[in-house]
Amino acid sequence: MKTVFSVLTVVAGIVVIWYLACVPMNIKGVLDQAQRAGEKVVPDTANARRDAAALGLVAKNTFAINRVWSVDRPRLPAPHQVVTELWQTTVMKKVTSKRSLIYHAHVTLSATLLGFALGTGLGILLSVGIVHSRVMDMSVMPWAIVSQTIPIIALAPMIIVVLYSIGVQGLLPKAIIAAYLSFFPVVVGMVKGLRSPDQMQLDLMRTYGASGGQLFWKLRLPSSMPYLFASLKIGIAASLVGAIVGELPTGAVAGLGARLLAGSYYGQTVQIWSALFAAAILAGLLVALLGLVERTLLGRMGVKS
Amino acid sequence: MKTTSQVDSVPNAAQPVIEARALNLVFGSGATSVQALKDINLTIDKGDFVSFIGPSGCGKTTFLRCIAALETPTGGSLTVNGMTPEEARKQRAYGYVFQAAGLYPWRTISKNIKLPLEIMGYSKAEQDRRVAEVLELVELSGFGGKFPWQLSGGMQQRASIARALAFDADLLLMDEPFGALDEIVRDHLNEQLLKLWARTNKTIGFVTHSIPEAVYLSTKIVVMSPRPGRIHEIIDSPLPKERPLDIRDSAEFIEIAHRVREGLRAGHGHD
Repeated sequence: MKTVFSVLTVVAGIVVIWYLACVPMNIKGVLDQAQRAGEKVVPDTANARRDAAALGLVAKNTFAINRVWSVDRPRLPAPHQVVTELWQTTVMKKVTSKRSLIYHAHVTLSATLLGFALGTGLGILLSVGIVHSRVMDMSVMPWAIVSQTIPIIALAPMIIVVLYSIGVQGLLPKAIIAAYLSFFPVVVGMVKGLRSPDQMQLDLMRTYGASGGQLFWKLRLPSSMPYLFASLKIGIAASLVGAIVGELPTGAVAGLGARLLAGSYYGQTVQIWSALFAAAILAGLLVALLGLVERTLLGRMGVKS
Repeated sequence: MKTTSQVDSVPNAAQPVIEARALNLVFGSGATSVQALKDINLTIDKGDFVSFIGPSGCGKTTFLRCIAALETPTGGSLTVNGMTPEEARKQRAYGYVFQAAGLYPWRTISKNIKLPLEIMGYSKAEQDRRVAEVLELVELSGFGGKFPWQLSGGMQQRASIARALAFDADLLLMDEPFGALDEIVRDHLNEQLLKLWARTNKTIGFVTHSIPEAVYLSTKIVVMSPRPGRIHEIIDSPLPKERPLDIRDSAEFIEIAHRVREGLRAGHGHD
């Protein structure tokens, strides 16, 4: 109960700050509109207003304050505008409609999940190699780290262009970008996890004359599970970011990234914000789902939670 | 009292379980090298309960690890059942109990005991039979389905002993198995270990810091001294095989304990 209260307090605080921020952000637009409608505004030219401080404009034109939360194309949409847009583009639209956020989320989610599966698989394979081979440890790990220092926004168009030139398009290029972001936390976490058994546990397996395979399946892999899930939670969120970024450079027509892009072309800030929220909610659901799988699996493995 | 000797206590034709001759082990090389074991000569016969006692750095654990082929000696010879330690391991000659129970937290007690059996390829039915048998032996019947964290420290250590017993090794190597437990639990486990030893007729190599523990349990006490790790004295215990806890108040017991203490003090004087 106490936690619920604390969480609600923080949420309420954020909403209040958001509403307050709408005032200086949107005041110029509101005043321009008011002037066009023939109302008296201080100062009375758009040029003068452009250079004026936002808070000063608010002080001089208090009559306009209550309009900043219902602007048609606001710089910063008010929370209720975003919620209304979310409601209308999810519940009120058929999921097959091109304007349904659920449809767009589904497109992005497919690429996210495929990319996540590819990235996790690659990450686990690499970590197994790194743990078992010193050569791989020395040679692969630096490249894995370097790969993550390149901004994905620079790399994504190249990946898409290169794949397009060899005839691959659609879901796969986006999934590969998602995989590119999600394999790294899995590699780092699994290397740590596979190396987590202490010397005594390794010695114990040696006294049984365990083979390398037995050592891996019976000791290293089970030991690494808590690390794997921590990595997967980071990985799936990174995957979603990758899928969205993958939709930007192609001018894709479907997906949350496409919604973001279209929104920014046409100045539809409400649409941008609702797409952002859809992405955030989606990421939250995916991470929560992984948490559920983690609790079930580790619970069955007898790990105290 | 018998005098100390490094001669086999039973000079019969039976093959010794462990035989170390001029065993040396040096860690590292050059200026930073450490002589962990120096000229170790020791014979352990079948059915012996041998304790290794000495201060930190005297090489008692290292010697046990050599027997288990976890360390490789740099000189001399060491045989286990007449074979090299590596070969003996492949023959499943020994079970090893570490200071910490080291049970896998994701396996139940039964599954933990099955671990060596799975690795060694016993059949499912045989695994179940043996688990039930050793659980009974360490008085943990009924706890097989529990996870390690649900058991006390003493019970966990008993489970780890059961795990070492499960595959019928004749030799049990124990590295300070009760070192982390409190006195009362330790007394109880010592008593149980003696019973188990009497029932199974195993040979036991036992590393400890505790003089009363060493005297209470052993037929042979190996007093070691540090830097370099070597055997200072080997004391054969005249105590009978049947040992109630109050034997520790007998004059004989106190006499041996005194000799061990004297030996430890003299050994320490060397450095």
